[in-house]
Amino acid sequence: MTEKGNEKSTGFWRTAWKRYRKSRMGMLALAFLGLLAAIAFFAPMIANDEPIVCRMEYTNADGATTNELYFPGVQETLRQFPWVGPALFSAPPPFSRMDFKFKKHFKPGRDWAIMPPVPFSPLETSEDRIQGYSGRHWLGTDELGRDVMARLIYGTQVSMRVGFISMGIAALIGLCLGAIAGYFGGWVDMIISRVIEIFMCFPVFFLILAVLAWFPPRIENIMIIIGLTRWVGIARLTRGEVLRLRELEYTAAARALGAGPFRIVFRHLLPNALAPAMVSITFGIAGAILVESGLSWLGFGVQAPNPSWGNILRDGYGLMATTPHMIPPACAAIFLAVLCFNLVGDTLRDVIDPRTRGRGT
Amino acid sequence: MTLLSIRNLSVEFHTEEGIVRAVDEVSFDIPRGKTVCLVGESGCGKSVSAYSLLGLVSPPGRVVGGEALLKGEIEQDLLKLSEQELRSIRGNRISMIFQEPMTSLNPVFTIGDQIIEAILSHQAMSKGKARAKAISMLEQVRIPAPEQRVDEYPHQLSGGMRQRALIAMALATEPELLIADEPTTALDVTIQAQILELLKELQADTGLSVLFITHDLGVVAEIADEVVVMYASRVVEKAPARELFANPLHPYTRGLFNSLPSLGGSADGRLKTIEGSVPDPLAFPTGCKFWPRCELAVDGCRETEPELRTLAADHPVACDVIEGGADD
Repeated sequence: MTEKGNEKSTGFWRTAWKRYRKSRMGMLALAFLGLLAAIAFFAPMIANDEPIVCRMEYTNADGATTNELYFPGVQETLRQFPWVGPALFSAPPPFSRMDFKFKKHFKPGRDWAIMPPVPFSPLETSEDRIQGYSGRHWLGTDELGRDVMARLIYGTQVSMRVGFISMGIAALIGLCLGAIAGYFGGWVDMIISRVIEIFMCFPVFFLILAVLAWFPPRIENIMIIIGLTRWVGIARLTRGEVLRLRELEYTAAARALGAGPFRIVFRHLLPNALAPAMVSITFGIAGAILVESGLSWLGFGVQAPNPSWGNILRDGYGLMATTPHMIPPACAAIFLAVLCFNLVGDTLRDVIDPRTRGRGT
Repeated sequence: MTLLSIRNLSVEFHTEEGIVRAVDEVSFDIPRGKTVCLVGESGCGKSVSAYSLLGLVSPPGRVVGGEALLKGEIEQDLLKLSEQELRSIRGNRISMIFQEPMTSLNPVFTIGDQIIEAILSHQAMSKGKARAKAISMLEQVRIPAPEQRVDEYPHQLSGGMRQRALIAMALATEPELLIADEPTTALDVTIQAQILELLKELQADTGLSVLFITHDLGVVAEIADEVVVMYASRVVEKAPARELFANPLHPYTRGLFNSLPSLGGSADGRLKTIEGSVPDPLAFPTGCKFWPRCELAVDGCRETEPELRTLAADHPVACDVIEGGADD
């Protein structure tokens, strides 16, 4: 680094990333997860019965005729953002909301539209019930004539959200409690460790089923419950790591320089203890996706008619004896997503574990 | 003029095997602008004494008595301050550097971040100014290309560099006292000499007082103004460095000097050692703690613990047997 003075110094995560890049499996899995994330993000532009962009002539009730560009797909994508979305309702054209039915007013000769690759919405029923794979319906249709491909794409949104948000909650609780237990020790550690042990005794899946008997089976509730039960592993890892780190001299050095306990824990120790927790979080995401799929399959998760991988599988399961075409895509989606998160977690563990460093993965 | 006056400091560790008195009635003064060396074997309580000054002794250890008066506009007893008050002194009026430069820096932050944090936690200053100060500190401790080094991570620096960076961090807030806990032990001798030289220069520039903890008499000769010799948790001898080197009184101190190789010594002669080993702190011998290893021990040594008494001018020693430097 001395010959190139302006080169950015290599921190821990930068070197970890350098090593991560060498793992072909890890990169492949990461790329696939990136693809899934993109699909989840841009779902309204990939599968929708409204066009990404169109130009339409429209005569409203007052008799005024307009001929403008509309971006319903783009608009719907952006509306998913909690803060940006509402602002767009009052935005000037071309992002203004279409206040008419696209299908009803679209005239092929006069207007033009660019449709998404899957021109069906996940909730749109049709007369084409229980059809196999075809050029029109790539992955066929279900009992109500809904396009399975479109439902699978929107199911990605559910799975990704459950995975990341529930583990986000779990990480927040786990990292904080683990770090506090590890650093302060004594009765604080005693209490937190016992709470961890109590939580470890619960079979998460059945706890969720029990809780859902009281609370409405909404996706938000599922995320919160998974988050509130999955933090124990993260907390234990963080506690152990902080226990080790607090004996190192830089902790003493930070104290000798006048840093308070919370500054030491959250600024000095937690970033150093993050690596093992990251691995656990990645595996946790895979676990959360599985839990959500399982719940949806049992009918406790995402409620009909909203799609999720689990309830597509459930719909397909009823038809399995006669037309099993809905099972493989949903299974493949769950399998691949879980596999890729586990592969990323595996690679991450190899990369940040000093004992396997340099051995390659 | 005295900066810090330590009186009858005692620290105990309450372990399952019993109570260990790691520091027993230790008293000494640290004058302004001078270097005091605290010398002794491993486990004699020298580091614990220093840690207790900043309230850094953690359970099961605790300070059981004594006072440490920090002179200033108002005189404060460090041992009676609350954690909050201590925090405003640590790293501000009293800084500390440690033995292991390899582990004393946080690996996930750049050197600059850590120096800036040390500055900002005690002084109101803009981030840009703190950064400029950090760079100038790195320059002061003779780190080449400080503008680049400031953005580097600890693992990119050599051991000597890291110790320099730590010194920069400790001195960035312009403390009055620097406690250096064996800062050169983990370094090569050449680097060690550079660091000692650096400390001396910084001291000459800033009027800093230094409490230097070491077991290396070579280092003591290099840097000390005053020397405090500890053995088995007690002070056995105190003297100005010159006086101590010319006229060591306590048998333990003499033993330490005798066990040093000298250039004039014959090549085939064996080095002298102090027979025996450091006593178990859970079962200290009665009377003088050094008698089982002492060549001069008489029966009286086993019964009464000797108090410090001044034999030569400014040279107290805790031995009842020897006479005021008559044989030197």
